[in-house]
Amino acid sequence: MTIHIPTHLQAYTGRAGEFAAEGDTLAAALADLDRRFPGFRFRIIDEQDAIRRHIKLFVNCEQVRTLAVPLQAGDQVHIIAALSGG
Amino acid sequence: MTSLSSPPRPGSSPLFPAPRPSEGPITLLLGTRKGAFLLRSDAARQSWELSDPLYLGSIIDHFVLDPGDGRTLLMAASTGHLGPTVFRSADAGATWKEAERPPAFRKAAEGEKGRSVERVFSLSPGHRAEEGVWYAGSTPPGLFRSEDGGNTWSEVSGFNDHPMRDAWVGAEQEAPPGGATLHSIHVDPRDPAHLYIGVSCGGVFESTDGGASWQPLNAGSEALFIPTPGVEPDYGHDPHCLAVHPLLPDRLYQQNHCGIYRMDREEGRWTRIGENMPAEVGDIGFPVVLHPRDPDTAWVFPMDGTDVWPRTSPGGRPAVYVTQNAGETWRRQDAGLPEKNAWFTVYRQAMTADAHHPVGLYFGTTGGEVWGSRDGGESWECLAGHLPQVYSVRTAQLRP
Repeated sequence: MTIHIPTHLQAYTGRAGEFAAEGDTLAAALADLDRRFPGFRFRIIDEQDAIRRHIKLFVNCEQVRTLAVPLQAGDQVHIIAALSGG
Repeated sequence: MTSLSSPPRPGSSPLFPAPRPSEGPITLLLGTRKGAFLLRSDAARQSWELSDPLYLGSIIDHFVLDPGDGRTLLMAASTGHLGPTVFRSADAGATWKEAERPPAFRKAAEGEKGRSVERVFSLSPGHRAEEGVWYAGSTPPGLFRSEDGGNTWSEVSGFNDHPMRDAWVGAEQEAPPGGATLHSIHVDPRDPAHLYIGVSCGGVFESTDGGASWQPLNAGSEALFIPTPGVEPDYGHDPHCLAVHPLLPDRLYQQNHCGIYRMDREEGRWTRIGENMPAEVGDIGFPVVLHPRDPDTAWVFPMDGTDVWPRTSPGGRPAVYVTQNAGETWRRQDAGLPEKNAWFTVYRQAMTADAHHPVGLYFGTTGGEVWGSRDGGESWECLAGHLPQVYSVRTAQLRP
């Protein structure tokens, strides 16, 4: 699947805006990204495995609220930095 | 009451001289709502040069040097969107990396409500004898320790999992300005196992066993927002800033939500020394700063704590107040500061002193200015302006 990275997190990815990741769940895909870009996951997922308040995750344009959601080849995952004030 | 004996007062005899003042250029480490900056002086502290921003856009709550090596710098960072982290430099700021394991609470057991760090708020180098040790305080209140120069952090579970922790500092996860923050961390220079912390709200707490156990230390300080007439609460107080004198570690000061206090440990109670401030100014504020060599000298930056608590300079006339007799009397120091129509606030980590002679004092404002004094607060000049809201000002003498 492809994970789309907002500008807020592109300091971790060498400014790349999307990556192919591996894993059969969203949790596994984010773990894959964190192995390649250490620290990435904790900025968007807290220590209780909750999605941070101003981060929204979408799989194939549907918002998801758990990392347990299954993924398949070809899925599109968007990480969105939502409204947080100025 | 600690069992440690107090050292003689510095300078009280030829056998115990006061330490020599520092010399040379000063670097101010600025943490702001939109990034970090370095403001470097010449040797005379007369001209100042501002760096480009570091981590532009990140909220930098604290930016601190380990004075032991003069090279390790830590930054407490978050953004509006992203979770908290710590950035670190081991070469006096030449290069930066993110901590491999930032401060985080433990994963909650199933059915248990877990906590998550919203902000790493305060960073404090450990005891000089414990190389690489740092402490961090968070929002919501948590205490963390690193033993590798800030690269990996572990909970001080003696506080974070203390059976009274939720009663002391509140169970709900909140963030400033209404929430609770562990903002002050002090290690007794005589004993690395002797720790003081300040939590707003919660109070002052002490450990004498390296953080394994804790006791409240709030006797004598007021908590007017806790309606228990005639009963002195043990905890729930609101210290805004706690300071421990490095040369007389049994002398503590705090700027509290309910006034300015001093404690001498042999007395075991806080004494409200802010009642000696002018009534029209009051004794509410965020920071308290101590003279590096004189335990009787302290500075505060009063703010308006009347009515709906504007938290601005009283009357729009900002001033520093100094005591040179441990709080018996206070004197206004405002030469060079705006005479009127200045409505800024100085946050709890945004005022500090260097160790030169005369002592240099510095503060950053919510209006994005940094002010400095080369003469212990007698006169002031603006060192930098047009910055984002200033959250933290700390002095450093870097050894690249």
